[in-house]
Amino acid sequence: MRWIGCRFVKPNGGMVPTPKILPCGDSALTVEFGSTIDSGLNAMVLALDEIVRARAPTGLIETVPTYRSLTIQFDPAVIDYDALVRLLDEETKDLVPRHAVGRRWRVPVVYGGEYGSDLEEVAEIHGLTPAQVIDIHSSAVYRIYMIGFLPGFTYLGGLDKRIATSRRVHPRAKIPAGTIMIGGEQAGIAPMDMPSGWHNLGLTPVRPYAPERNPVFLFAAGDEIVFEPVDASRWEAMEKAVQAGEPVAEEVRP
Amino acid sequence: MIDLVVKSCGPMTALQDRGRFGYQGFGVSPSGAMDRRALAMANVLVGNSPDMGTIEFVNLGGAFTAEGGDLRLAVAGAGASASIDGTPLPPLTSFMLREGQTLEVGHPRTGTFAYLAVAGGLAVEPQLGSLSFHLRSRLGGLKGAPLQAGSHLPCRPEVQAGEPMQLTVDLIEETGPLRVMLGPQDDYFTPDSIRLFLESEFTISPQADRMGFQLTGPKLEHAKGFNIVSDGIVDGHIQVPGSGQPIVLMRDRQTAGGYPKIATVISADLARFAQMRSGTKVRFRAVERDEAVAAARQLRDWIASLSSQLTPVRFDLTTEHLLSRNLIGGTVDALSPASHE
Repeated sequence: MRWIGCRFVKPNGGMVPTPKILPCGDSALTVEFGSTIDSGLNAMVLALDEIVRARAPTGLIETVPTYRSLTIQFDPAVIDYDALVRLLDEETKDLVPRHAVGRRWRVPVVYGGEYGSDLEEVAEIHGLTPAQVIDIHSSAVYRIYMIGFLPGFTYLGGLDKRIATSRRVHPRAKIPAGTIMIGGEQAGIAPMDMPSGWHNLGLTPVRPYAPERNPVFLFAAGDEIVFEPVDASRWEAMEKAVQAGEPVAEEVRP
Repeated sequence: MIDLVVKSCGPMTALQDRGRFGYQGFGVSPSGAMDRRALAMANVLVGNSPDMGTIEFVNLGGAFTAEGGDLRLAVAGAGASASIDGTPLPPLTSFMLREGQTLEVGHPRTGTFAYLAVAGGLAVEPQLGSLSFHLRSRLGGLKGAPLQAGSHLPCRPEVQAGEPMQLTVDLIEETGPLRVMLGPQDDYFTPDSIRLFLESEFTISPQADRMGFQLTGPKLEHAKGFNIVSDGIVDGHIQVPGSGQPIVLMRDRQTAGGYPKIATVISADLARFAQMRSGTKVRFRAVERDEAVAAARQLRDWIASLSSQLTPVRFDLTTEHLLSRNLIGGTVDALSPASHE
């Protein structure tokens, strides 16, 4: 384990722990900014990711940003490891967190009923009405901290604590693509049918991932998402548009 | 186009090349051939670059015919045999499959994964830059699907003529414990657990697939719990969930995960590990970066040297002659899990 120098201050004034470089075998390393889910840490990760990709040292294969660390994969027979570490050392010294948002997307959601089978239960847990849960969920601005687990699966930060809900005791083996869900203090959109222990609030026809579509991926880490409640009567038309290859998620100005 | 037609194959038979890189940040695992040495041998035998797309066999073989012309092919990996219309072919040679003939690829005998390459590669449209099939992403292969009886694989006609070649290679000596580098989360384990991990024997469980190999052995104790906030995963990462039983993550792994990783198998030892079957006993040895990088360079050089070790097949020798001279014996042994026990 190697510690690298870093002097930066979080926007709220607190110091961020010094990032460290963790070995991941001979073909990768992880630069760890911290061990928690924290928007400040994530902004550092995305800032470093941008720099490494732009500098593209010879032998770099790819980078994988997560909540709180950046994994850098490279060809060990080609890369100059020491030079890579020096570059990271240098670049993390005065790293400016990337709080700037990539894009903001508006994602239409049909909440409740057959579209979101856990809405009423979530409302009950928090002593709210379903309408209040919808209102709280669709008023927040979510930031994509990372994409992983499955192609296009967005880990969203920004869920209002009033509806943060511990994961289901019995995970479901399969929830449908487009499920709008919450688990703990996280929120997400299912890119495809998947197993899940989170709570289903609604459904969107939007497909964050579609291998046959251009673009294959709609969203990127660092983008923002807002949810727009729509009436079930609009479902069929929206779904048709998605099937025709339209994103249906709309890019909007913050 | 000339089509390679699948008459029969196992359920996991699918296209694999070196892998799909550049999309892990979007949650897409790289996948790719489990044994890149065998991938390289099959490709080089038919004049391809070492990383091109091939058919990967998993445990079971298959039968194929050519439609619209003759095809130049080669099979490599895990001692899988090949025969045409019932006549066995010498191992590690390229051969012509004439229209109307049937190629039988035997099941991998000394490991799990074997490869069938066609001259010029397969004229199948890559997805996100790769032919590698990945089940959960619905990517690669034939429009996101594995092969099945009746599948047609278009091949390039202009490169099929050519002399049958053979490979007489010395494999890099690979025996003894699998080499690992400790980390990234070795500090999540007690010193006793690290010692236990490096000094004990583990068994590859039946839960071993392209995504990961579950091992059974002494329980590894966590020092700081077994949940971390998800971070990046690479090939060869050894994660230890709450059960204390390690899982070695392989090509179809997820891109991020929330279990601590005690160590990482070095890149040069991954293919050897991939060919070890369920029930095989493994040990681990910790090495420093220098040794791991030297091994990675050695593997790269070995793959680069393959094309210079091709020689024309000598037809005055019968198959029996070739086999009795055991030209490929070293290869078969080196790929065999038995040689690592």
